[in-house]
Amino acid sequence: MSPAHSLAVVTPYTVTPGLMDTLQVTILVLVAAGATAVVLIRVPARQVIALSAYGLLLAVLFMVFQAPDVTLSELTVGAVALPVLLLLTLAKVKGREK
Amino acid sequence: MKPRQRAWVFLVAMGGLAAFYLWGLTGLPGFGNYPGPYGDIINRIAVGQTNATGVVSAVNFEYRGFDTVGEEFILFVAAAGVATVLRHLRGEREHAARDEAVGRDVPPTSEAVRMTALILTGPTVVMGWYLASHAQTSPSGGFQGGVVLATAFVLVYLSGRYLAFERISPVDITDAVEAVGAGSFAAIGLSAVGLGLAYLTNFLPLGTVPGAVSSSGTIALISFFVGVEVGAAFILIVSELLEQTLLIRQGSQ
Repeated sequence: MSPAHSLAVVTPYTVTPGLMDTLQVTILVLVAAGATAVVLIRVPARQVIALSAYGLLLAVLFMVFQAPDVTLSELTVGAVALPVLLLLTLAKVKGREK
Repeated sequence: MKPRQRAWVFLVAMGGLAAFYLWGLTGLPGFGNYPGPYGDIINRIAVGQTNATGVVSAVNFEYRGFDTVGEEFILFVAAAGVATVLRHLRGEREHAARDEAVGRDVPPTSEAVRMTALILTGPTVVMGWYLASHAQTSPSGGFQGGVVLATAFVLVYLSGRYLAFERISPVDITDAVEAVGAGSFAAIGLSAVGLGLAYLTNFLPLGTVPGAVSSSGTIALISFFVGVEVGAAFILIVSELLEQTLLIRQGSQ
């Protein structure tokens, strides 16, 4: 137990340390799987959608590790803004290939 | 180089990297054990010094405010770069807006997408405004708020109204708004210098209640202008890309 735990305030919503560990391990495994999926998918358009889902997973990871500010940044940039820019670029590149 | 030699070079390089990486990992502090004094000190003094309960914002816009000015201008320069590269190049001509996807007719935007986009636009604006104006109270801030605000404009486009998107975010005005946002951040810092304080010193009254929306002086103000800058920058980047995708075709003849 780190000293930080002694500062914790117990509320009806407090998660027990055991459950917290389970959540952390689960989300870490999901993020690793998501990252692998993004790399393995070879069709660019699908890859962008997978990247967006991966951004969402990363946002949950930051939430579980108690960094809500970074969660918001990751949600907006990783799950929305970056995929939008990539999709637009893909559309442009396809239009030029024709 | 033969494939076999190449494989050896790769294996040696990878082995070296893995060894250094593992060596580095053994030197890390234990999971969840933060060793440094800096975070503990900030945690103890930040609310008392700044009246901002959003301590991350206090760090971003006050203690490390100078770093954030730099980041701000990174985004500013990136948006300017995108605009410069993508704006009408010579030899390109504009066409009416149309879908350029290969191998299919222009599909009408489905009613489901339109409805979802329309329903989400209002709440997205409120959410973005809330985030940009509450950096001092809770986890949020101008950066996140700005991106969410820009998303509202993209939703207008998604609802099938490219012309409406163009009308509510004309490039000239977006440019100007972005410049005002970025410039105001720098100007707030310079105002402190004008008052004889160090750059970016918090010179405004901090309010009496920690965590009130009106508290924290320049932190709230800077966060607001960061929201303006980031929102405008993203709208600018998206609209330049949309224009590229929908309007401009390379002049081939």
